[in-house]
Amino acid sequence: MNTCKKELAVAALQNGTVIDHIPSSVLFKAVKILGIEKLQTHVTIGNNLDSEKLGSKGIIKVADVFFPETTLNRIALIAPSAKVNIIRDFEVVEKHQVSLPETIVGIVRCNNPKCITNNEPMKTRFEVIDRDDVTIRCHYCGHCVNSKDAQIS
Amino acid sequence: MNSNSLVSISDISKEDILCLLERARYFEEHPDHKILDGRVVATLFFEPSTRTRLSFETAVNRLGGRVIGFSDASTTSSSKGETLKDTIKMVSNYVDLIIMRHYLEGAARYATEVTDVPVINAGDGANQHPSQTMLDLYSIYKTQGTLENLTITMVGDLKYGRTVHSLLMAMRYFNPTFRFVACEELRMPAEYKDFCDKNGIRYSEHTDFSADVINSSDIIYMTRVQRERFTDIMEYEKVKNLYTLHNAMLDGSRDNLRILHPLPRVNEIDYDVDDNPKAYYFQQARNGLYARQAIICKALGIDILKEAQK
Repeated sequence: MNTCKKELAVAALQNGTVIDHIPSSVLFKAVKILGIEKLQTHVTIGNNLDSEKLGSKGIIKVADVFFPETTLNRIALIAPSAKVNIIRDFEVVEKHQVSLPETIVGIVRCNNPKCITNNEPMKTRFEVIDRDDVTIRCHYCGHCVNSKDAQIS
Repeated sequence: MNSNSLVSISDISKEDILCLLERARYFEEHPDHKILDGRVVATLFFEPSTRTRLSFETAVNRLGGRVIGFSDASTTSSSKGETLKDTIKMVSNYVDLIIMRHYLEGAARYATEVTDVPVINAGDGANQHPSQTMLDLYSIYKTQGTLENLTITMVGDLKYGRTVHSLLMAMRYFNPTFRFVACEELRMPAEYKDFCDKNGIRYSEHTDFSADVINSSDIIYMTRVQRERFTDIMEYEKVKNLYTLHNAMLDGSRDNLRILHPLPRVNEIDYDVDDNPKAYYFQQARNGLYARQAIICKALGIDILKEAQK
């Protein structure tokens, strides 16, 4: 009975996307990356939920929206552990982990104030140079940043 | 985007480097080969740099091309708020090649993405200055007869010195041994030491500019220690004279040793070194002309050695 209550702590979806296993500390960065604040459909965001793997996790449930794969993979930048569940008619029809792309266009701001990207109306571009600790390098000025220090624009 | 553009020394292969050196040598023997008749080259200097601009403009002139451009962005539309993209797009309508210097890092890379005209990076902030590296390589090659298996000592500001970083990266193909001589505050950054480790390059670090270091070097690359680099001005006062080269320090040095410096120097090389035949920094600046002639021709897709045979 208890288990059942726990599972229902966040309402079930009929159709849509659930992104689970997001470390609590980066949940709102993930919300920003997905552009969830602009959505009109039902969105449920839970944070500081118990997690065996992470200790404390966040979860995002978005009704009736199926994000493109490239959008979801952007989350890997800050939450490589995040899992995506695609729900159709209350059933999980697809479940997979996010995967880090080789280049990241337009989400991260370069930390270097003298970088051209901070001074021209243009998209930033980063290349992933270390997949293990997720270090990315600015395609333009060459500055490296660890994803946990990355500023999301 | 034009694939002949030169933005960063890390973009060019060993073969490209050797090709450019061979062509620089040709230009040293034939500096006035008028191969650019009818071509127009823009020198866009968003940040003033007299030495680099004069060298590039002389190179174009000696090749018989024409130069348009500006030496200070305050007289251009960028002071009215025009974006770099728009300036580059506009100039691209007029010229065959853009040579640009900018105070922002990554500016040249971005410029290549908005135009089909080839772009040569003449320095973008603290980031890259590949023509300086090519002239350094040419100077080393010319004085040592090879780039292979040399011991290169870098002295002074190894933390912020763009020229030493680029030279270090360009030398990865040639099995060098580096000695890094700097005070604690201006040590070679970890990322470049990691670069050496990954590429199997031997190096050692020294805080003492000792006779042992000098006497085992083929090249000593001096750089300027700038006061504004120090957070603690007392620290600057303490170290500012520790890394000055005097003529007497060269007594036990190798015959083939040459002293390089990207210039301008302040006090890191004493004037008594200037008359020593091992002092090479003024010829080094002259080599910039030949290296840049080679770079300009490559950017325009001209192989001067083939043209010379015609």
